[in-house]
Amino acid sequence: MYLETIGKFALMLKEVFKRPQKPKIFWENYFKEVDDLGIKSIGLVSFISFFIGGVVTIQTARNLNNPLIDKMYIGYATIKSIVLEFSPTFISIILAGIVGSYIASTIGTMRITEQIDALDVMGVNSLNYLVLPKVVAAVTFYPFLITISMFLGVFGGWVVGDLTGMVLSHDYLKGIRYTFDSFDIWYALIKTVVFAFFIATIPSYYGYYVKGGSLEVGRAATQAVIWTSVNIIIFNYILTQLLLS
Amino acid sequence: MIEVKNLYKSFNGKPVLKGISAVFETGKTNMIIGRSGSGKTVFLKTMLGLIKPDKGIISFDGRIWDQLSLDEQRQIRKEVGVVFQGNALFDSMTIEENIKFPMRMFTNLSPTEKKARVNEVLAQVNLEGVNDKYPAEISGGMQKRVALARAIVLYPKYLFCDEPNSGLDPKTAIIIDNLIHDLTIRYNTTTVINTHDMNSIMEIGEKIILLKDGHKQWEGDKSQIFFTDNPDLNDFVFSSSLFRKVKELVQKEGKF
Repeated sequence: MYLETIGKFALMLKEVFKRPQKPKIFWENYFKEVDDLGIKSIGLVSFISFFIGGVVTIQTARNLNNPLIDKMYIGYATIKSIVLEFSPTFISIILAGIVGSYIASTIGTMRITEQIDALDVMGVNSLNYLVLPKVVAAVTFYPFLITISMFLGVFGGWVVGDLTGMVLSHDYLKGIRYTFDSFDIWYALIKTVVFAFFIATIPSYYGYYVKGGSLEVGRAATQAVIWTSVNIIIFNYILTQLLLS
Repeated sequence: MIEVKNLYKSFNGKPVLKGISAVFETGKTNMIIGRSGSGKTVFLKTMLGLIKPDKGIISFDGRIWDQLSLDEQRQIRKEVGVVFQGNALFDSMTIEENIKFPMRMFTNLSPTEKKARVNEVLAQVNLEGVNDKYPAEISGGMQKRVALARAIVLYPKYLFCDEPNSGLDPKTAIIIDNLIHDLTIRYNTTTVINTHDMNSIMEIGEKIILLKDGHKQWEGDKSQIFFTDNPDLNDFVFSSSLFRKVKELVQKEGKF
Protein backbone atom coordinates (compact mmCIF):
# COMPACT_ATOMS: atom_id res chain seq x y z
CA MET A 1 0.00 0.00 0.00
CA TYR A 2 2.84 2.41 0.88
CA LEU A 3 4.59 1.50 -2.38
CA GLU A 4 1.40 2.28 -4.30
CA THR A 5 1.16 5.66 -2.57
CA ILE A 6 4.80 6.46 -3.32
CA GLY A 7 4.28 5.47 -6.96
CA LYS A 8 1.17 7.62 -7.24
CA PHE A 9 3.02 10.50 -5.58
CA ALA A 10 5.87 10.13 -8.11
CA LEU A 11 3.41 10.16 -11.02
CA MET A 12 1.81 13.27 -9.55
CA LEU A 13 5.22 14.99 -9.44
CA LYS A 14 5.80 14.07 -13.09
CA GLU A 15 2.67 16.02 -14.04
CA VAL A 16 3.48 18.87 -11.63
CA PHE A 17 6.94 19.51 -13.05
CA LYS A 18 5.87 20.18 -16.60
CA ARG A 19 6.33 23.48 -18.36
CA PRO A 20 3.43 25.81 -17.39
CA GLN A 21 0.89 26.23 -20.18
CA LYS A 22 0.85 30.02 -19.71
CA PRO A 23 3.99 31.37 -18.00
CA LYS A 24 2.25 34.69 -17.25
CA ILE A 25 -0.51 32.90 -15.31
CA PHE A 26 2.07 30.74 -13.54
CA TRP A 27 3.91 33.82 -12.24
CA GLU A 28 0.66 35.44 -11.12
CA ASN A 29 -0.18 32.28 -9.19
CA TYR A 30 3.37 32.10 -7.83
CA PHE A 31 3.14 35.56 -6.24
CA LYS A 32 -0.30 34.75 -4.86
CA GLU A 33 1.10 31.58 -3.28
CA VAL A 34 4.10 33.48 -1.85
CA ASP A 35 1.54 35.68 -0.12
CA ASP A 36 -0.72 32.82 1.03
CA LEU A 37 1.93 30.32 2.07
CA GLY A 38 4.77 32.62 3.11
CA ILE A 39 4.05 36.24 3.86
CA LYS A 40 0.92 35.41 5.88
CA SER A 41 3.05 33.12 8.08
CA ILE A 42 5.70 35.74 8.89
CA GLY A 43 3.82 37.09 11.91
CA LEU A 44 3.36 33.75 13.64
CA VAL A 45 6.86 32.52 12.77
CA SER A 46 8.37 35.75 14.14
CA PHE A 47 6.33 35.58 17.34
CA ILE A 48 7.21 31.93 18.00
CA SER A 49 10.90 32.37 17.12
CA PHE A 50 11.42 35.37 19.38
CA PHE A 51 9.93 33.70 22.44
CA ILE A 52 11.49 30.29 21.83
CA GLY A 53 14.86 32.06 21.52
CA GLY A 54 14.19 33.61 24.93
CA VAL A 55 13.18 30.27 26.44
CA VAL A 56 16.27 28.52 25.05
CA THR A 57 18.47 31.21 26.64
CA ILE A 58 16.76 30.89 30.03
CA GLN A 59 16.98 27.09 30.03
CA THR A 60 20.61 27.12 28.91
CA ALA A 61 21.50 29.71 31.56
CA ARG A 62 19.85 27.58 34.28
CA ASN A 63 21.79 24.50 33.16
CA LEU A 64 25.13 26.29 32.86
CA ASN A 65 24.92 27.80 36.34
CA ASN A 66 28.52 26.99 37.18
CA PRO A 67 31.09 29.69 38.00
CA LEU A 68 33.75 27.74 36.06
CA ILE A 69 31.79 27.91 32.79
CA ASP A 70 32.03 31.14 30.83
CA LYS A 71 28.63 32.86 30.41
CA MET A 72 29.32 33.34 26.72
CA TYR A 73 28.46 29.67 26.25
CA ILE A 74 24.80 30.59 26.86
CA GLY A 75 24.84 32.64 23.63
CA TYR A 76 26.86 29.93 21.92
CA ALA A 77 24.35 27.20 22.86
CA THR A 78 21.39 29.40 21.93
CA ILE A 79 22.61 30.18 18.41
CA LYS A 80 23.51 26.54 17.79
CA SER A 81 20.08 25.31 18.96
CA ILE A 82 18.20 27.93 16.98
CA VAL A 83 20.16 27.74 13.73
CA LEU A 84 20.77 24.01 13.55
CA GLU A 85 17.48 22.66 14.78
CA PHE A 86 14.75 24.94 16.00
CA SER A 87 14.34 27.26 12.99
CA PRO A 88 14.73 24.84 10.09
CA THR A 89 13.06 21.79 11.62
CA PHE A 90 10.53 22.90 14.19
CA ILE A 91 9.35 25.95 12.30
CA SER A 92 8.92 23.65 9.29
CA ILE A 93 6.78 21.30 11.37
CA ILE A 94 4.70 24.27 12.52
CA LEU A 95 4.38 25.35 8.87
CA ALA A 96 3.37 21.79 7.95
CA GLY A 97 0.46 22.20 10.36
CA ILE A 98 -0.61 25.66 9.25
CA VAL A 99 0.16 25.61 5.53
CA GLY A 100 -0.20 21.86 5.00
CA SER A 101 -3.77 21.76 6.24
CA TYR A 102 -4.56 24.89 4.20
CA ILE A 103 -3.19 23.36 0.98
CA ALA A 104 -4.87 19.97 1.49
CA SER A 105 -8.24 21.48 2.35
CA THR A 106 -8.30 24.05 -0.49
CA ILE A 107 -7.27 21.53 -3.15
CA GLY A 108 -9.53 18.87 -1.58
CA THR A 109 -12.50 21.26 -1.68
CA MET A 110 -11.73 22.03 -5.32
CA ARG A 111 -11.76 18.29 -5.99
CA ILE A 112 -15.11 17.53 -4.34
CA THR A 113 -16.79 20.59 -5.88
CA GLU A 114 -15.63 19.48 -9.37
CA GLN A 115 -13.43 22.58 -9.86
CA ILE A 116 -10.50 20.29 -10.70
CA ASP A 117 -12.70 18.38 -13.18
CA ALA A 118 -13.58 21.75 -14.72
CA LEU A 119 -9.87 22.53 -15.19
CA ASP A 120 -9.22 19.09 -16.69
CA VAL A 121 -12.05 19.23 -19.22
CA MET A 122 -10.89 22.69 -20.30
CA GLY A 123 -7.56 21.07 -21.22
CA VAL A 124 -5.66 22.64 -18.31
CA ASN A 125 -3.03 20.43 -16.60
CA SER A 126 -4.65 20.82 -13.19
CA LEU A 127 -1.69 19.43 -11.20
CA ASN A 128 0.73 21.75 -12.91
CA TYR A 129 -1.64 24.72 -12.59
CA LEU A 130 -2.47 24.16 -8.92
CA VAL A 131 0.63 22.58 -7.38
CA LEU A 132 3.69 23.94 -9.23
CA PRO A 133 3.24 27.56 -8.04
CA LYS A 134 2.89 26.28 -4.46
CA VAL A 135 6.08 24.20 -4.68
CA VAL A 136 8.12 27.00 -6.25
CA ALA A 137 6.72 29.55 -3.77
CA ALA A 138 7.54 27.36 -0.75
CA VAL A 139 10.99 26.35 -1.96
CA THR A 140 12.01 29.93 -2.79
CA PHE A 141 10.35 31.77 0.09
CA TYR A 142 10.81 29.47 3.09
CA PRO A 143 14.62 29.89 3.24
CA PHE A 144 13.90 33.60 3.65
CA LEU A 145 11.28 32.88 6.31
CA ILE A 146 13.64 30.57 8.21
CA THR A 147 16.39 33.20 8.03
CA ILE A 148 14.00 35.65 9.72
CA SER A 149 13.22 32.97 12.30
CA MET A 150 16.92 32.38 13.02
CA PHE A 151 17.60 36.08 13.42
CA LEU A 152 14.58 36.65 15.69
CA GLY A 153 15.33 33.53 17.76
CA VAL A 154 18.86 34.69 18.48
CA PHE A 155 17.62 38.24 19.03
CA GLY A 156 14.92 36.99 21.43
CA GLY A 157 17.58 35.11 23.40
CA TRP A 158 19.66 38.27 23.65
CA VAL A 159 16.73 40.44 24.80
CA VAL A 160 15.49 37.90 27.37
CA GLY A 161 19.00 37.17 28.67
CA ASP A 162 19.65 40.86 29.14
CA LEU A 163 16.23 41.66 30.69
CA THR A 164 16.42 38.78 33.18
CA GLY A 165 20.08 39.42 33.95
CA MET A 166 20.93 35.78 33.28
CA VAL A 167 23.55 36.71 30.70
CA LEU A 168 25.16 40.05 29.97
CA SER A 169 24.86 41.48 26.48
CA HIS A 170 28.60 41.45 26.08
CA ASP A 171 28.83 37.73 26.96
CA TYR A 172 25.87 36.78 24.79
CA LEU A 173 27.24 38.61 21.74
CA LYS A 174 30.64 37.09 22.29
CA GLY A 175 29.02 33.62 22.49
CA ILE A 176 27.04 33.91 19.28
CA ARG A 177 30.23 34.87 17.40
CA TYR A 178 32.34 32.18 19.04
CA THR A 179 33.54 29.61 16.48
CA PHE A 180 30.83 30.81 14.10
CA ASP A 181 30.64 28.48 11.10
CA SER A 182 28.75 29.75 8.07
CA PHE A 183 28.12 26.12 7.02
CA ASP A 184 25.60 25.95 9.88
CA ILE A 185 23.48 28.45 7.97
CA TRP A 186 23.87 26.51 4.72
CA TYR A 187 22.96 23.29 6.51
CA ALA A 188 19.81 24.92 7.88
CA LEU A 189 18.84 26.35 4.51
CA ILE A 190 19.42 23.07 2.66
CA LYS A 191 17.14 21.33 5.17
CA THR A 192 14.59 24.13 4.76
CA VAL A 193 14.43 23.69 0.98
CA VAL A 194 13.81 19.94 1.34
CA PHE A 195 11.17 20.48 4.03
CA ALA A 196 9.52 23.22 1.96
CA PHE A 197 9.20 20.74 -0.89
CA PHE A 198 7.41 18.30 1.43
CA ILE A 199 5.17 21.04 2.88
CA ALA A 200 3.95 21.94 -0.62
CA THR A 201 3.75 18.52 -2.27
CA ILE A 202 2.48 16.05 0.36
CA PRO A 203 -0.63 18.08 1.31
CA SER A 204 -1.26 18.72 -2.41
CA TYR A 205 -1.23 14.96 -2.96
CA TYR A 206 -3.74 14.31 -0.17
CA GLY A 207 -5.99 17.15 -1.34
CA TYR A 208 -5.84 16.29 -5.04
CA TYR A 209 -6.74 12.63 -4.67
CA VAL A 210 -9.44 13.03 -2.01
CA LYS A 211 -12.72 11.19 -2.68
CA GLY A 212 -16.02 11.83 -0.97
CA GLY A 213 -17.27 14.92 0.86
CA SER A 214 -16.30 17.45 3.49
CA LEU A 215 -15.54 14.77 6.08
CA GLU A 216 -12.96 13.20 3.76
CA VAL A 217 -11.44 16.64 3.06
CA GLY A 218 -10.98 17.08 6.82
CA ARG A 219 -9.39 13.64 7.08
CA ALA A 220 -7.14 14.38 4.12
CA ALA A 221 -5.94 17.59 5.81
CA THR A 222 -5.11 15.64 8.98
CA GLN A 223 -3.30 12.91 7.02
CA ALA A 224 -1.40 15.58 5.10
CA VAL A 225 -0.12 17.20 8.31
CA ILE A 226 0.82 13.84 9.83
CA TRP A 227 2.75 12.57 6.80
CA THR A 228 4.44 15.89 6.12
CA SER A 229 5.64 15.98 9.74
CA VAL A 230 6.79 12.35 9.59
CA ASN A 231 8.77 13.03 6.42
CA ILE A 232 10.32 16.16 7.91
CA ILE A 233 11.46 14.23 10.97
CA ILE A 234 12.86 11.32 8.94
CA PHE A 235 14.64 13.56 6.43
CA ASN A 236 15.94 15.74 9.24
CA TYR A 237 17.81 12.71 10.49
CA ILE A 238 18.98 11.65 7.00
CA LEU A 239 20.18 15.14 6.04
CA THR A 240 21.92 15.64 9.38
CA GLN A 241 23.70 12.35 8.92
CA LEU A 242 24.67 13.27 5.37
CA LEU A 243 25.71 16.88 5.98
CA LEU A 244 27.17 16.93 9.47
CA SER A 245 28.68 13.54 10.11
CA MET B 1 -21.74 15.09 -33.77
CA ILE B 2 -20.55 12.80 -31.01
CA GLU B 3 -20.65 9.08 -31.62
CA VAL B 4 -20.25 6.46 -28.91
CA LYS B 5 -19.82 2.79 -29.79
CA ASN B 6 -19.99 -0.16 -27.44
CA LEU B 7 -18.82 1.66 -24.31
CA TYR B 8 -17.92 -0.41 -21.23
CA LYS B 9 -16.75 0.71 -17.82
CA SER B 10 -16.41 -1.16 -14.51
CA PHE B 11 -15.31 -0.04 -11.06
CA ASN B 12 -13.68 -2.68 -8.84
CA GLY B 13 -15.19 -5.41 -10.98
CA LYS B 14 -18.69 -3.91 -10.85
CA PRO B 15 -19.90 -3.03 -14.36
CA VAL B 16 -21.45 0.44 -14.65
CA LEU B 17 -21.60 0.92 -18.42
CA LYS B 18 -22.48 -2.23 -20.38
CA GLY B 19 -21.92 -1.66 -24.07
CA ILE B 20 -23.64 1.67 -24.67
CA SER B 21 -23.83 2.99 -28.22
CA ALA B 22 -25.36 6.35 -29.10
CA VAL B 23 -25.19 9.25 -31.51
CA PHE B 24 -25.55 12.84 -30.27
CA GLU B 25 -26.52 15.16 -33.06
CA THR B 26 -25.21 18.64 -33.82
CA GLY B 27 -27.54 21.59 -33.18
CA LYS B 28 -29.80 19.50 -30.96
CA THR B 29 -30.34 19.15 -27.24
CA ASN B 30 -29.56 15.49 -26.63
CA MET B 31 -30.65 14.18 -23.27
CA ILE B 32 -29.44 11.25 -21.22
CA ILE B 33 -32.10 10.28 -18.73
CA GLY B 34 -32.39 7.60 -16.10
CA ARG B 35 -32.70 6.96 -12.42
CA SER B 36 -29.96 7.76 -9.93
CA GLY B 37 -27.28 5.08 -10.22
CA SER B 38 -28.18 4.19 -13.81
CA GLY B 39 -24.71 5.24 -15.05
CA LYS B 40 -25.59 8.69 -16.47
CA THR B 41 -22.79 10.60 -14.78
CA VAL B 42 -20.19 7.92 -15.52
CA PHE B 43 -21.33 7.97 -19.16
CA LEU B 44 -21.01 11.76 -19.34
CA LYS B 45 -17.64 11.81 -17.57
CA THR B 46 -16.36 9.07 -19.86
CA MET B 47 -17.34 11.13 -22.90
CA LEU B 48 -15.55 14.10 -21.32
CA GLY B 49 -12.37 12.06 -20.90
CA LEU B 50 -12.48 12.34 -17.10
CA ILE B 51 -12.97 8.56 -16.81
CA LYS B 52 -11.12 6.13 -19.06
CA PRO B 53 -13.44 3.49 -20.54
CA ASP B 54 -12.52 -0.21 -20.39
CA LYS B 55 -13.65 -0.69 -23.96
CA GLY B 56 -15.44 1.27 -26.66
CA ILE B 57 -15.03 4.19 -29.02
CA ILE B 58 -15.89 7.87 -28.55
CA SER B 59 -15.55 10.11 -31.57
CA PHE B 60 -16.01 13.86 -31.93
CA ASP B 61 -16.99 14.63 -35.52
CA GLY B 62 -15.03 11.61 -36.70
CA ARG B 63 -12.02 12.21 -34.45
CA ILE B 64 -11.64 9.06 -32.34
CA TRP B 65 -10.55 10.10 -28.84
CA ASP B 66 -8.25 7.13 -28.14
CA GLN B 67 -6.41 7.49 -31.41
CA LEU B 68 -5.55 11.15 -30.89
CA SER B 69 -2.28 12.53 -29.57
CA LEU B 70 -2.34 14.48 -26.30
CA ASP B 71 -2.15 17.75 -28.24
CA GLU B 72 -5.09 16.72 -30.42
CA GLN B 73 -7.09 15.69 -27.33
CA ARG B 74 -6.27 19.07 -25.77
CA GLN B 75 -7.54 20.73 -28.95
CA ILE B 76 -10.88 18.91 -28.60
CA ARG B 77 -11.07 19.92 -24.94
CA LYS B 78 -10.87 23.56 -26.04
CA GLU B 79 -13.96 22.91 -28.17
CA VAL B 80 -15.88 21.56 -25.18
CA GLY B 81 -17.95 23.58 -22.72
CA VAL B 82 -19.20 21.94 -19.54
CA VAL B 83 -21.79 22.91 -16.95
CA PHE B 84 -21.21 20.76 -13.88
CA GLN B 85 -23.93 19.71 -11.47
CA GLY B 86 -22.45 21.89 -8.70
CA ASN B 87 -21.45 24.58 -11.24
CA ALA B 88 -17.72 24.14 -10.42
CA LEU B 89 -17.09 27.88 -10.45
CA PHE B 90 -13.67 28.82 -9.07
CA ASP B 91 -14.62 30.30 -5.73
CA SER B 92 -11.40 32.29 -5.37
CA MET B 93 -12.21 34.22 -8.55
CA THR B 94 -14.85 36.82 -9.32
CA ILE B 95 -17.56 36.08 -11.89
CA GLU B 96 -15.62 38.02 -14.53
CA GLU B 97 -12.40 36.16 -13.73
CA ASN B 98 -14.24 32.84 -13.89
CA ILE B 99 -15.56 33.56 -17.37
CA LYS B 100 -12.26 35.05 -18.52
CA PHE B 101 -10.30 32.02 -17.33
CA PRO B 102 -10.59 29.85 -20.50
CA MET B 103 -9.74 32.90 -22.64
CA ARG B 104 -6.68 33.66 -20.51
CA MET B 105 -5.48 30.07 -20.77
CA PHE B 106 -6.11 29.46 -24.45
CA THR B 107 -6.31 32.72 -26.37
CA ASN B 108 -4.16 35.76 -26.96
CA LEU B 109 -7.02 38.23 -26.85
CA SER B 110 -6.31 41.70 -25.46
CA PRO B 111 -7.78 42.64 -22.06
CA THR B 112 -10.37 44.84 -23.81
CA GLU B 113 -11.45 42.02 -26.11
CA LYS B 114 -11.72 39.61 -23.18
CA LYS B 115 -13.78 42.07 -21.19
CA ALA B 116 -16.07 42.65 -24.19
CA ARG B 117 -16.57 38.89 -24.63
CA VAL B 118 -17.32 38.46 -20.90
CA ASN B 119 -20.00 41.13 -21.10
CA GLU B 120 -21.37 39.60 -24.30
CA VAL B 121 -21.82 36.11 -22.83
CA LEU B 122 -23.21 37.53 -19.58
CA ALA B 123 -25.80 39.37 -21.65
CA GLN B 124 -26.60 36.14 -23.52
CA VAL B 125 -27.40 34.41 -20.23
CA ASN B 126 -29.37 37.47 -19.05
CA LEU B 127 -26.99 38.28 -16.26
CA GLU B 128 -25.40 41.70 -16.26
CA GLY B 129 -23.68 43.79 -13.62
CA VAL B 130 -22.35 40.91 -11.52
CA ASN B 131 -18.80 41.00 -12.92
CA ASP B 132 -17.11 41.84 -9.62
CA LYS B 133 -19.10 39.53 -7.38
CA TYR B 134 -17.81 36.19 -6.11
CA PRO B 135 -19.75 32.94 -6.77
CA ALA B 136 -20.71 32.72 -3.08
CA GLU B 137 -22.39 36.15 -3.34
CA ILE B 138 -24.96 35.16 -5.99
CA SER B 139 -27.90 32.74 -6.02
CA GLY B 140 -27.85 29.14 -7.30
CA GLY B 141 -29.72 30.10 -10.47
CA MET B 142 -27.29 32.94 -11.16
CA GLN B 143 -24.34 30.61 -10.56
CA LYS B 144 -25.81 28.22 -13.11
CA ARG B 145 -25.97 31.05 -15.65
CA VAL B 146 -22.38 32.00 -14.92
CA ALA B 147 -21.36 28.35 -15.43
CA LEU B 148 -23.19 28.44 -18.78
CA ALA B 149 -21.51 31.72 -19.71
CA ARG B 150 -18.09 30.22 -18.91
CA ALA B 151 -18.95 27.11 -20.92
CA ILE B 152 -19.80 29.07 -24.08
CA VAL B 153 -17.15 31.78 -23.88
CA LEU B 154 -14.80 30.01 -26.33
CA TYR B 155 -17.61 29.25 -28.82
CA PRO B 156 -17.74 25.50 -28.03
CA LYS B 157 -18.66 22.85 -30.60
CA TYR B 158 -19.79 20.51 -27.82
CA LEU B 159 -21.75 21.52 -24.72
CA PHE B 160 -22.19 19.10 -21.82
CA CYS B 161 -24.53 19.80 -18.91
CA ASP B 162 -24.70 17.53 -15.88
CA GLU B 163 -28.03 17.89 -14.06
CA PRO B 164 -28.32 21.59 -14.97
CA ASN B 165 -31.53 21.99 -12.95
CA SER B 166 -30.55 20.36 -9.71
CA GLY B 167 -31.33 22.55 -6.75
CA LEU B 168 -33.28 25.13 -8.76
CA ASP B 169 -36.92 26.11 -8.39
CA PRO B 170 -39.20 25.03 -11.30
CA LYS B 171 -39.40 28.48 -12.88
CA THR B 172 -35.63 29.09 -12.79
CA ALA B 173 -35.12 25.52 -14.05
CA ILE B 174 -37.25 26.24 -17.14
CA ILE B 175 -35.35 29.49 -17.76
CA ILE B 176 -32.05 27.58 -17.64
CA ASP B 177 -33.46 24.88 -19.96
CA ASN B 178 -34.53 27.44 -22.51
CA LEU B 179 -31.18 29.19 -22.25
CA ILE B 180 -29.36 25.93 -23.01
CA HIS B 181 -31.69 25.32 -25.96
CA ASP B 182 -31.20 28.87 -27.30
CA LEU B 183 -27.42 28.62 -26.94
CA THR B 184 -27.44 25.25 -28.71
CA ILE B 185 -29.14 26.87 -31.70
CA ARG B 186 -27.07 30.08 -31.56
CA TYR B 187 -23.68 28.27 -31.45
CA ASN B 188 -24.83 25.15 -33.32
CA THR B 189 -23.38 22.96 -30.59
CA THR B 190 -23.77 19.26 -30.00
CA THR B 191 -25.41 19.55 -26.60
CA VAL B 192 -25.60 16.60 -24.22
CA ILE B 193 -27.64 17.01 -21.04
CA ASN B 194 -27.75 14.60 -18.15
CA THR B 195 -31.01 14.90 -16.31
CA HIS B 196 -33.83 13.18 -14.50
CA ASP B 197 -35.97 16.28 -14.50
CA MET B 198 -39.21 15.53 -16.37
CA ASN B 199 -39.96 19.19 -17.06
CA SER B 200 -36.60 19.52 -18.83
CA ILE B 201 -37.22 16.43 -20.89
CA MET B 202 -40.62 17.71 -22.04
CA GLU B 203 -39.37 21.26 -22.56
CA ILE B 204 -36.20 20.77 -24.63
CA GLY B 205 -35.67 17.03 -25.18
CA GLU B 206 -34.99 16.82 -28.91
CA LYS B 207 -33.24 13.48 -28.63
CA ILE B 208 -33.59 11.32 -25.55
CA ILE B 209 -31.65 8.27 -24.42
CA LEU B 210 -32.83 6.27 -21.41
CA LEU B 211 -30.21 4.41 -19.39
CA LYS B 212 -30.98 1.64 -16.96
CA ASP B 213 -28.40 -0.43 -15.10
CA GLY B 214 -25.69 0.63 -17.54
CA HIS B 215 -27.68 -0.32 -20.66
CA LYS B 216 -29.39 1.91 -23.21
CA GLN B 217 -33.07 0.99 -22.86
CA TRP B 218 -34.76 3.44 -25.18
CA GLU B 219 -34.04 6.20 -27.68
CA GLY B 220 -36.39 8.74 -29.22
CA ASP B 221 -37.72 12.30 -28.92
CA LYS B 222 -40.11 13.92 -26.49
CA SER B 223 -43.20 13.39 -28.68
CA GLN B 224 -42.50 9.64 -28.92
CA ILE B 225 -42.37 9.30 -25.14
CA PHE B 226 -46.17 9.39 -24.93
CA PHE B 227 -46.71 6.66 -27.47
CA THR B 228 -44.08 4.09 -26.54
CA ASP B 229 -44.84 0.85 -24.75
CA ASN B 230 -41.31 0.48 -23.37
CA PRO B 231 -41.94 -0.56 -19.75
CA ASP B 232 -38.70 0.91 -18.39
CA LEU B 233 -39.39 4.29 -19.98
CA ASN B 234 -43.01 4.34 -18.82
CA ASP B 235 -41.95 3.33 -15.34
CA PHE B 236 -39.40 6.16 -15.21
CA VAL B 237 -41.22 8.97 -17.01
CA PHE B 238 -44.76 8.38 -15.81
CA SER B 239 -44.02 7.60 -12.19
CA SER B 240 -46.03 10.63 -11.02
CA SER B 241 -49.82 10.78 -11.30
CA LEU B 242 -49.56 14.21 -12.96
CA PHE B 243 -47.54 12.85 -15.86
CA ARG B 244 -49.80 9.78 -16.13
CA LYS B 245 -52.74 12.19 -16.57
CA VAL B 246 -50.78 14.20 -19.16
CA LYS B 247 -50.03 10.97 -21.01
CA GLU B 248 -53.71 9.99 -21.08
CA LEU B 249 -54.63 13.43 -22.47
CA VAL B 250 -51.89 13.39 -25.12
CA GLN B 251 -52.81 9.85 -26.20
CA LYS B 252 -56.46 10.90 -26.43
CA GLU B 253 -55.53 13.85 -28.68
CA GLY B 254 -53.07 11.69 -30.63
CA LYS B 255 -50.22 14.28 -30.65
CA PHE B 256 -47.91 16.20 -28.30
